[in-house]
Amino acid sequence: MKEVKKQGGLNAEIQSRIGHQLRAMYDDVVRQGVPDRFAELIKKLDGPETAAAPAGGDPDKNNGGS
Amino acid sequence: MPLTDSLRDDILASVPSLRAFAISLSGNGDRADDLVQETLLRAIANIDSFQVGSNLPAWLFTILRNLFRSDYRKRRREVEDAEGNYAKTLKTQPAQNAHLEFEEFRVALEKLPQDQREALILVGASGFSYEDAAAICGCAVGTIKSRVNRARSKLSALLYVDGAEDFGPDNTVRAVIGGNGG
Repeated sequence: MKEVKKQGGLNAEIQSRIGHQLRAMYDDVVRQGVPDRFAELIKKLDGPETAAAPAGGDPDKNNGGS
Repeated sequence: MPLTDSLRDDILASVPSLRAFAISLSGNGDRADDLVQETLLRAIANIDSFQVGSNLPAWLFTILRNLFRSDYRKRRREVEDAEGNYAKTLKTQPAQNAHLEFEEFRVALEKLPQDQREALILVGASGFSYEDAAAICGCAVGTIKSRVNRARSKLSALLYVDGAEDFGPDNTVRAVIGGNGG
C-alpha cells in the first residue's frame, strides 16, 4: 500500500497523465502541418527592406565602431 | 536581419507549432488561424528587429502571445463557440472514449487563469525551457515555474480529484464565462 504524496508535489501518475494529454492535444494540431494559406502567405510577403530600404543599413549594427 | 529564403523556411517550419499554441490558448480553431496569420504578417513586417542567431520560434511565439492577449480582452465573450470550432480543426476524430477524455481535458485547460495556461503549454507542450518561456511571457523564470506548478495542481484537481461529476461541459462553459466576465 503506497501512500500518494500530496504535499511536495502532485501524484506522479496524475502529473504524467496531464503531460501526456497536453502533448496529445498539441501534437494533434502540429501533425496537421502547414496549411496552404500560410505557405503561400510566407512565400509572397516581402520583408520591410523593399518598402523602405534604409541607405547604409542598420545604424545599431554598422555604426558602432570603436 | 533581412528576409532570406532560409529565414522564410524557418518561419514556415514554425507554423505547425504556432497553430498548436494558438489553438491551445484560444480553444478556437478559426480564431487561432487568424492569430497565426496576424503573427506571420507582423513577424515579416518587423523582421529587421529579429536578432540573427536568437531563437526564432521564441520570437514568433512572443508575437502571437501578445496578439492573443490584446485580442482576448476584446473577444472574451465569444467563448461559447469554442467547443464546436475546435472539433472542426481536428483532421481525425479520436475514438469515442479518448475523445471524451480529450474534450474534458481541453475544457479544464480553459478554466485555468490565462497566465498559468500559457506557461503550462509553453513548457509542457511546446517544449520551451523555463528561461525561454519566461522571455516569451515577459516575466521571471521563478514566476513561470510557479505558474506551471499551479496549473498542474489545478488541472489535477479539476480532472482527477473530487467534484468530477460537477464537471459537465455546460456548467464548465458557464463557469468560464462567469469567471472571466467579472
